[in-house]
Amino acid sequence: MTPPVLEVSDLRTHFFTRDGVVKAVDGVSLSLARGETLGVVGESGCGKSITALSILRLVPAPPGRIVAGSVRFDGAELLELEPAAMRAIRGNRISMIFQEPMTSLNPVMTVGRQIAETVALHQHLPRRAAMDRAVEMLALVRIPDTRRRAAEYPHQLSGGMRQRVMIAIAMACTPTILIADEPTTALDVTIQAQILELMLDMKERTGAAVMLITHDLGVIAETAQRVVVMYAGRKVEEASAKALFAQPRHPYTRGLMTSIPRLNRDADESARATRLTEIPGMVPALINLAPGCTYAPRCAYATEQCRLAFPPEVEAAPGHFVACWNAASLPELVRA
Amino acid sequence: MTSASETIAIADTLPAHAGIGDFIRRHPTVVIGCSLLLAIVIASIAAPWLGTVDPISIDPSHRLQSPSAEHWFGTDRFGRDLYSRVLYGGRISLIVGLSVAALATIIGLAIGLISGYLRAVDAVVMRVMDGMMAIPAIMLAIALIALSKASVLIVIIAVALPEIPRVVRLVRAIVLTIREQPYIEAATATGTSLPRILLRHLLPNALPPLIVQSTYICASAVLIEAALSFLGAGTPPEVPSWGNIMAEARPYFQLKPMMVLLPGIFLAVTVLAINLVGDGLRDMLDPRLARKM
Repeated sequence: MTPPVLEVSDLRTHFFTRDGVVKAVDGVSLSLARGETLGVVGESGCGKSITALSILRLVPAPPGRIVAGSVRFDGAELLELEPAAMRAIRGNRISMIFQEPMTSLNPVMTVGRQIAETVALHQHLPRRAAMDRAVEMLALVRIPDTRRRAAEYPHQLSGGMRQRVMIAIAMACTPTILIADEPTTALDVTIQAQILELMLDMKERTGAAVMLITHDLGVIAETAQRVVVMYAGRKVEEASAKALFAQPRHPYTRGLMTSIPRLNRDADESARATRLTEIPGMVPALINLAPGCTYAPRCAYATEQCRLAFPPEVEAAPGHFVACWNAASLPELVRA
Repeated sequence: MTSASETIAIADTLPAHAGIGDFIRRHPTVVIGCSLLLAIVIASIAAPWLGTVDPISIDPSHRLQSPSAEHWFGTDRFGRDLYSRVLYGGRISLIVGLSVAALATIIGLAIGLISGYLRAVDAVVMRVMDGMMAIPAIMLAIALIALSKASVLIVIIAVALPEIPRVVRLVRAIVLTIREQPYIEAATATGTSLPRILLRHLLPNALPPLIVQSTYICASAVLIEAALSFLGAGTPPEVPSWGNIMAEARPYFQLKPMMVLLPGIFLAVTVLAINLVGDGLRDMLDPRLARKM
């Protein structure tokens, strides 16, 4: 197996606020192979986005600080790079797509110039060549009438089109890694599928590895090869997408899966109209956390041990990692 | 593909190039302000060709005359032609107004951008600015001019200095809101350097309110210069300016009120014109204040 292109190990990003230390990311390890699509799932506030921002060293500091861990990208330790060297990586070798296409573009710059700027910045192309590349990228993200669109301002484009432009900016320098932070959350359902398809298409063309952050398990099932499930700043389960959906081994992952309504039930089954299960309670505030498993207060299977110490990550099956004391003794998942 | 039809460019639905008549109807204040201002600017620049004589040549035998065919605005206590003095005086007022606006805006913009974006700088710079705001413009000008020889340059510096903190505050407030916008984060994520973010992303977004603020600074600078000259702390007496023309005419106000009123009217019209332009620009540039169409 080839060495992973990105290897995050024991990443800890904490926010030092007036009320105490918020451990937004607390010991997350994950790796990304060349050309792979990795899904990162979890509820809001579980540290998915902060993990992504930490990789690019974009965590707002202060109050945020990466206190420990390492991020190795293609042999280099990103956390130790000089700011200038880091800038040369951002947008060039690792690029990121954000959640908000409506506000992620500068309103006073034409979209063509915004794409061209990134190209000119990293590939040191002259203005005209960069602009040509921008128009080419617009065509690649399937925006019609590219010359005219390139001269337009963001407010003249729809949300879906703006996200296409964001993808164009992210892919313009053919990055090795594309981090997509909930790229479809703010879009219409019909547009979501198009954008996902476009992202995967661009990934195929360039061979980039994709880290897809989402809270939508459906999106993960469609796109990712491997999945990392995060909860309260920690990784609780990691497996191939197939294995995860077939046999989730962490109670939290199970909770997530059983709380999705299913459309494909048999008619007589749906007649019985079983109530959708839910995960009781709320994500804990990540401030002054009690010792023990962060999920224990909401977990149906929690034992005394769970409240005492956070469970270590164990390989429950080949390539299937889970951090739960009771992973082996959980009852078989009965699908509704 | 749905994307071709999914957006109708907003620009296409608006009349792209409406006629001049339409522009006048939509923005009457800008048009009136600009016309007045243009007239005054042309009159001061073209003063030598508008039937004026040397504004500082004295003619004691024709002093304190009323307006006549020869001296349109009359003459002052040294027999100098008031019409010429008022037109040439406009040059000083406009130079001071524009220079102060440009100087205060550029310096304030630079400080404001950096202060708004870098928190460490912000804490120190803003305290200095607070301190500067506590100094009244006229007091500072009098002090500076007392320290050095009276000159137009000193007046410009003295009037611009207290305006800088106002610009800094405005720019800083704008930067503080813009820096949290996702597109700034997105720009950082594409590897854009700090100076580039300041100049390419923050500056253009901060410009509209700043342009409006500059016009107000310009208007107030014209007034402060006049006030300083009137107090004898401004433009040197040999250079005619509206302020010192009025100051010199003050003792003769009951005898020849026009000597005070005429430069006063020019001053008032100029300030009004600049403010009209500023108000109009604000309406044009800020969609929230735009009148309903």
